[in-house]
Amino acid sequence: NRPPANENRVVFALFIISKSGGLIYNREFSSGLAKLSSNDLLMLAGSFHGMHAITAQLCPAPPVPPPTSSSSTAGNVAPSPFISRPTGIEVLESSHFRIQCFQTQTGIKFLLFTEPTQPNIDTMMRKIYELYTDFVMKNPFYTVEMPIRCVKFDTNLDQFIKVRS
Amino acid sequence: MSTPNPNQPPTSGLRYPSNKKTIYDRNLNRSKNAELSRAAFAYLFVEMISYAQRNVRDISSLEKRLNTQGYPLGLRLLDLLLSRSSNPLASIRPTRIHTLIQWVAQTLWRHLFGRPADALERGTTDPSQYMLYDNDPMVNQYISLPKEMRGLNCAAFVAGIIEGVCDGAGFPTEGVTAHSVGEEEGKAGMWPGKTVFLIKFKGEVLEREEILGRGGG
Repeated sequence: NRPPANENRVVFALFIISKSGGLIYNREFSSGLAKLSSNDLLMLAGSFHGMHAITAQLCPAPPVPPPTSSSSTAGNVAPSPFISRPTGIEVLESSHFRIQCFQTQTGIKFLLFTEPTQPNIDTMMRKIYELYTDFVMKNPFYTVEMPIRCVKFDTNLDQFIKVRS
Repeated sequence: MSTPNPNQPPTSGLRYPSNKKTIYDRNLNRSKNAELSRAAFAYLFVEMISYAQRNVRDISSLEKRLNTQGYPLGLRLLDLLLSRSSNPLASIRPTRIHTLIQWVAQTLWRHLFGRPADALERGTTDPSQYMLYDNDPMVNQYISLPKEMRGLNCAAFVAGIIEGVCDGAGFPTEGVTAHSVGEEEGKAGMWPGKTVFLIKFKGEVLEREEILGRGGG
């Protein structure tokens, strides 16, 4: 019951994975990806979550030392531990599709499945995150980390993706 | 505001800045055009709804609690907005129902939401009922109702504000309620969040209105 594929649309799907690795939202915008059962989708999300955590540990780049403060006592700020911490997988690209993963400071991962030639994925991610903070987080009937069932989130997401593509 | 003088003995808890001006010395219109973060209100409203939902079994009690939360705001806003109006003719207390309702739809709505209400009607079957329409209440902007709460309209909070205004102006009501009329058959549902606020005035208000009308008030 998804709309038929339109060759202008290059965004395939959006997954949202909670902090604990469970799939809390999945939405397909156009066909082009193989159909998976809901069980397979949950396993896919869980596997990605684990892989993301492992790759964060495996990152070969040496940690960047925080820049030493050149000003005197007035401007001393404690070095943030986040600057030098490596992140997990951000992009996974194949000849047919591209997955971009955006992880928020709270551990929620947004997975966007697009065609490899889709431009402006970063701005799309920001906008999707903005829609999430508006229509999911400000919804009094949504419990955090639970599956997302917010009508306004779906509607606005559809509108945004249609306009973008 | 500067920090309190540490050499002063602790007083009743009010902090007095060094220039000795208290909150009563501030210009009343200082925050007239101040902007408020919509997100800040949204998060506060989420907590207000969760708070109202505790120990409550059904939707009408929840709406009643939201109404109670908005009521004191109406009482205060009536005085504040009347005293702030720049036109001296507009700052008299409304004495007729029509003036009051227009004031609510225009001045109060503009202050709260930045735009006037969309429509005003008087009930055809029941002359003591007035209807105020808002196509897209700002308080409901981020709220998606789950299936089990379909009859709820969180604009009951705004209905409470209206009820406070009417009671404070001397027009006691039986109650002001908010109803969703977005999903009407025949229309394309252009405004799915359309809400009507039903204001039911008590009998004595209508009697007084009639007397005023006859006496050329």
